[in-house]
Amino acid sequence: MKCARLGKRLGTLALALLAGGGLPAWGKSGWDELNMPRGVTNVSTRIYALHMMAFWVCVGIAAVVFGVMIWSLIFHRKSRGAVPDVSLTHSTKVEIVWTIVPVLILVSMAIPAARLLVRINNNTDSQLSIRVTGFQWGWRYQYVGSNVSVISKLSESSTAASMMHSGISATSVPHYLLSVDHPIVVPVGEKIRLLITSIDVIHSWWVPDLGVKRDAIPGFINQASFTIAPNKTGTYRGQCTELCGRGHAYMPIVVRAVSPAAFQAWLKQQSALDKEAAAGAPATGVTSS
Amino acid sequence: MAESHDIAVHAEHDQKPHGWRRWVFATNHKDIGTMYLIAAGTMFLIGGLAAMAIRAQLFKSGMKLFDPAMFNSLTTMHGLIMIFGAIMPSWVGLANWMIPMQIGAPDMALPRLNNLSFWILPFAFTLMIASFFVPGGAVAGGWTMYPPLMQQFGDSFPMLIFAIHLMGISSILGAINVIVTIMNLRAPGMSLLRMPLFVWTWLITAYLLIAVMPVLAGAVTMQLTDHFFGTSFFNAAGGGDPVLFLHVFWFFGHPEVYILILPAFGVISEIIPTFSRKPLFGYEAMVYATASIAFLSFIVWGHHMFTVGMPVAAQLFFMLSTMLIAVPTGVKVFNWTATMWRGSLSFEPPMLFAIAFLFLFSIGGFSGLMLALVPSDYQYHGTYFVVAHFHYVLVPGAVFAIFGAVYYWLPKWCGRMYDMRLAKWHFWLSVIFVNVLFFPQHFLGLAGMPRRIPDYAPQFTDWNMVSSIGGFIFGASQALFPYIVWKCVRSGKPVEANSPWEGAHGLEWELPSPAPYHSWTTPPSAAVLAHGAEH
Repeated sequence: MKCARLGKRLGTLALALLAGGGLPAWGKSGWDELNMPRGVTNVSTRIYALHMMAFWVCVGIAAVVFGVMIWSLIFHRKSRGAVPDVSLTHSTKVEIVWTIVPVLILVSMAIPAARLLVRINNNTDSQLSIRVTGFQWGWRYQYVGSNVSVISKLSESSTAASMMHSGISATSVPHYLLSVDHPIVVPVGEKIRLLITSIDVIHSWWVPDLGVKRDAIPGFINQASFTIAPNKTGTYRGQCTELCGRGHAYMPIVVRAVSPAAFQAWLKQQSALDKEAAAGAPATGVTSS
Repeated sequence: MAESHDIAVHAEHDQKPHGWRRWVFATNHKDIGTMYLIAAGTMFLIGGLAAMAIRAQLFKSGMKLFDPAMFNSLTTMHGLIMIFGAIMPSWVGLANWMIPMQIGAPDMALPRLNNLSFWILPFAFTLMIASFFVPGGAVAGGWTMYPPLMQQFGDSFPMLIFAIHLMGISSILGAINVIVTIMNLRAPGMSLLRMPLFVWTWLITAYLLIAVMPVLAGAVTMQLTDHFFGTSFFNAAGGGDPVLFLHVFWFFGHPEVYILILPAFGVISEIIPTFSRKPLFGYEAMVYATASIAFLSFIVWGHHMFTVGMPVAAQLFFMLSTMLIAVPTGVKVFNWTATMWRGSLSFEPPMLFAIAFLFLFSIGGFSGLMLALVPSDYQYHGTYFVVAHFHYVLVPGAVFAIFGAVYYWLPKWCGRMYDMRLAKWHFWLSVIFVNVLFFPQHFLGLAGMPRRIPDYAPQFTDWNMVSSIGGFIFGASQALFPYIVWKCVRSGKPVEANSPWEGAHGLEWELPSPAPYHSWTTPPSAAVLAHGAEH
């Protein structure tokens, strides 16, 4: 069965390559497995566009350079009686051209990249700040300006399945290795700033759909920000991307994006729960997903 | 021809020691080169077995062959073994064999130093591999050894650092030897700008080694004192700075990448003209491009750490300097292409590997260019896209160039021809399955799979399976290589002519086959030099 699926996949790929960029023809799920997600923030969409631009530039250069090589390989072979043109050892004109043209191409790529870079690193005017602290192995989130704090670790079902000799199939667990006990909740349409650090080793907070990856480093507070498009409520998943020890693969990130009103309600509820927990017995607290 | 005859007479007075003394007390560049290549081959096997274990663990989601800590040890040791144990010693071995022959010298300039720099290595490798068997297992913090994670490992931590010190000393001594040899032992008339490209690229590589190996030694020593002597270079709690290590490490790390690939550029620049039957296009441009790449390699280290939170200006600088490397690298690729253009091509195994290098190294270059764009790098960083990128430049890049070099020069070394049919099998299996192995890793990275994880979400299974199958077949087909070499040395068909390759030029092809023990006991005459250096 596995083999059949594999064969199908390879077939899809071959078809896709033949179609030569006929993207609409691809099933959405097929494309998702091959390429970077467009994501749900302005930044992630622009990163996607930059990535695709760079990709097509590379494809274009490859077509020309590989084309010339392949031409030589076919037509300039000894077995076809090709006679070497030994006088062809340098040409200042050609050499200047193939130095200048790449520079121009590079400049045309560097300009949009630099613009976007400056835009991404603008972390001012945020409406909500969240302190993100990485630890071995999970994430702690503190909503600045409220007493709400969420400790987010790998979900119980994934943890159980990930154990040696668990006997639980990975596919039977929903969102295996990409689900947590307590996800964080954020409002859509608001600029959210993350203040990222770590208490032990270096981690890296990454959610591809948000277009945010930033290292969590002990002794440093890094910033990153994102604004989820107002119509993009949903659940976005990511993982730690800096090797942080035995549990590196087991500290995912889950962000639930909800409407601002729903967010305020959640925050109030959390705040009450946390107060209760602080006053009373150790409660398990927050909602699970 | 009279020249060669004289040498053949000399060959009978080799006075080489026999038995184990020949190897332990070796001072001959060929013997030492052979030992380097055998050591590198052994490490390639061990590092390859680690890679097979990694690909087995990643065969599907939920696979549990190894504990995650063991898996991290495997990835760490795979990286260290392949870089320091397999590729670097291969290049030193080839330098030992070829540089004296190519510049018209009898041997390396500092033969005893040469012996020392080789014999340090077995001890270094033993220490490194033995660290698998100490309590807590081998270091599992990645070959980049970032603190504070690196500080969490047990006895293997000082063992690895000591091994790195040893390998660093070996590399520095080897590099000094290469520089002294090239600067002092060139035959009369062999001016710098007449040297073969392999000699040129190695000269530049040797300077890179001397410049950066001490930096690595310093970085790991600071980790050592942090761990055992209470310093806080990289410990934030003591006022130190973990990011400092990243900067110092990558100041070493990026030139290190070019240490692995520049000699490959040299080899490719030897092979392509031979089998195109045409001189190398733009020889001087090639030399200057290599030097530019080496210079730029010192000012691009920040591109390995775009997500650590450097100031925007710094990120911009590193992006632009990194993109700039595409220019001299492009010049090299264009020159190789122009060398083939209107040539008379034939496809013996060395040429096949060189052509595969051209295409596949370029693919690694393209993904490198994409990685240079900081905003995109925020998405690529730390994922399988990066793994695909550097494996494309190092496996079909550096490793294929090493295979190409051995298939090119082996008939000269042992005076026998290898089994071409088997070597072509080796080539085709390698070139097909290296792509099955690494190309899908681009997809995995883009779709969101981080690197260095022992287990992953089920949606990544398909491409991991393809990659693993490619890996197993690629790995298994490498068994052909030692067999082909062994068979050639034992019972290959003798090569009568000085050169088995119709289009080969260079002093090494003016020597008889097999090359005499003390390569050029008398400097080649001007006529031989002119014949050899027809580029």
